[in-house]
Amino acid sequence: MSMEENRKLLEVKDLKVSFFTPAGEVKAVDGISYSLGYNEVMGIVGESGSGKSVEAYSIIGLLQSPGRVTGGSILFEGENVLEYDAEKMRQFRGNKASMIFQNPMTCLNPVYTIGDQLMEALTCHDKTISKTQARARAIQMLELVGINNAVKRVDQYPHEFSGGMRQRAMIAMALICEPKLLIADEPTTALDVTIQAQILELMKDLQKKENTSIIFITHNLGVVAEICDRVSVMYAGRIVEQGLVQDIFYRPQHPYTKGLIASTPRLDEEDQERLVPIEGTPIDLLNPPSGCNFGPRCKNCMKICLREKPPYAQVGEGHISACWLHFMNRGSREAADTGKENTANE
Amino acid sequence: MTGYILKRIAVAILTLLLIMTITFLLMNAIPGSPFLTEKSTPEMIAKANAKYGLDKPLYIQLWNYIKSYLKGDLGTSLKMQEGTPVSTIIFHQGKFELSLKLGLYALLLAVTLGIPLGCIAAYNRGTWIDGFLRVITTVGVAIPTFVLATLLLVTFAVKLQWLPTISGSLTTWKAFIMPVISLSFYYLCYVAKLTRTSMLDAINQDYIRTARAKGVKTRSVILKHALRNSLIPVITYLGPVMAGIITGSFVVESTFSIPGLGKYFVQSVLNRDYPIIMATTVVLSALVIIMNLVVDIAYKIVDPRISLTSKEV
Repeated sequence: MSMEENRKLLEVKDLKVSFFTPAGEVKAVDGISYSLGYNEVMGIVGESGSGKSVEAYSIIGLLQSPGRVTGGSILFEGENVLEYDAEKMRQFRGNKASMIFQNPMTCLNPVYTIGDQLMEALTCHDKTISKTQARARAIQMLELVGINNAVKRVDQYPHEFSGGMRQRAMIAMALICEPKLLIADEPTTALDVTIQAQILELMKDLQKKENTSIIFITHNLGVVAEICDRVSVMYAGRIVEQGLVQDIFYRPQHPYTKGLIASTPRLDEEDQERLVPIEGTPIDLLNPPSGCNFGPRCKNCMKICLREKPPYAQVGEGHISACWLHFMNRGSREAADTGKENTANE
Repeated sequence: MTGYILKRIAVAILTLLLIMTITFLLMNAIPGSPFLTEKSTPEMIAKANAKYGLDKPLYIQLWNYIKSYLKGDLGTSLKMQEGTPVSTIIFHQGKFELSLKLGLYALLLAVTLGIPLGCIAAYNRGTWIDGFLRVITTVGVAIPTFVLATLLLVTFAVKLQWLPTISGSLTTWKAFIMPVISLSFYYLCYVAKLTRTSMLDAINQDYIRTARAKGVKTRSVILKHALRNSLIPVITYLGPVMAGIITGSFVVESTFSIPGLGKYFVQSVLNRDYPIIMATTVVLSALVIIMNLVVDIAYKIVDPRISLTSKEV
């Protein structure tokens, strides 16, 4: 591995984001840390309200009032983007890190042509580019994302595009400035399954061609398995487990991750077993419990789980999990950073 | 597009025929006669009626109107300027020009001030600026034109004596101020309220988030992406505004003694000067119809999703 590959593109350290509502402070993201290498695809999985989108929005400064970053840092190539002023953040957005969203039907401005919107993404970062050049680049990008007859399509309006094509156009727009980081916030959720597969295929393809790192936010484990190198599982504002995609799927350690996988239908399973739901509902983030956030829903919940938040245990190579179970057969918290903890404590 | 406009013109002609019929029936339903004065005898009235064809059956009279209108002849005045062609009275004595000028200035004020105020309110939602504008616009929408006009007149012309009581032919800029404000204030406030609402709606749309995610400047996000979308409901409203500003000018022209078409229209009704009533109604209706067509075309320009004809899809 070269130096370039060793360095991290993005390092999120102890990020905290809160929403200050009339009812009180909602800790949507409560101290998460992870890093993303160059050319890497990281999946962030979690259910609705687990803070996965909020976390992503804070990276490119799209948090809307009353949401605010209350702590931690986000280092992008060593620079803390949280310290950027408004103008610097604007230059960062779309240029070095860009984002695609869940609903392609509403994410494009209906009154401008696809070409105008693609060209704008380019011209708002590069004032020197001529209109002809920008247009040529827009057409080139549309071709790259697999839109046929791009020369004609570039002058069409979003309502003349289908959902899948609009998401392709969104991807083209996000990648037009050749960003180093692409944040994809449930990009396939609103599409039907065949189109989902096409978009995923396209993203995998482009990721290789353009060497873009991707943060892929989704609640769909199938999508994660398809595209991601590593996965962070989020629950109630915290990362509960993080590891390589194969570790998360084949050696899940955290009860929540296990629950998620048990509740996902599989086609390759020999005996068609019943899906196992995770009982209960997510916690109220206005009044989070003092112990483990997942405690109240956990089948293996112990006394300590309700008292104290679990620290991370190193459960494998680059695989961490925040659960008290990992410490039980050691009987001490010192185990936190050492060696492998295996499923033995199950 | 051309086909669409031709179709609209055909519909407009039919509409005008309908308007003529209704106006004709209504003005004949009012008791009285253009020739009725203290001195006139029944014989004199009958003679005058015969001279102008008012003794003929109603359907013949209506047919005569339609025939001459199709030829472009608006008839002659019966009483107010007896014998003068109506077209001369409306178009060549500065009346139409005066009303149109007043209406256009009022419209210009309503749009150029109403839309920015709406944007400012939306952008500063929840602050004192928004609150202040909300109070003003609500008051503006609630006050009838004649009350506002009278209040302005009493305050600025009678008490403070800054502005003239009689605006007359609007020869000075001072004469314009009060009539234009009273005519446009309601619409200005309404446009501001409408812009605020649709702007807030637009700001929360997903494509605004996309624009911000691209790194577009806040100014451009608001002025380019949000404003154009929020203008769609405002443009829809401008059709009725045109009509309102024209009909509203009756009150304003009377209050400020402006010899415009509105004032003349009211006088023609009082005098039962049938050809003038008919001509004024038709001219004003035609204006409203044209403005509606302009608005529909503007609508299409702002929002490409709208197709004017079903075939265009």
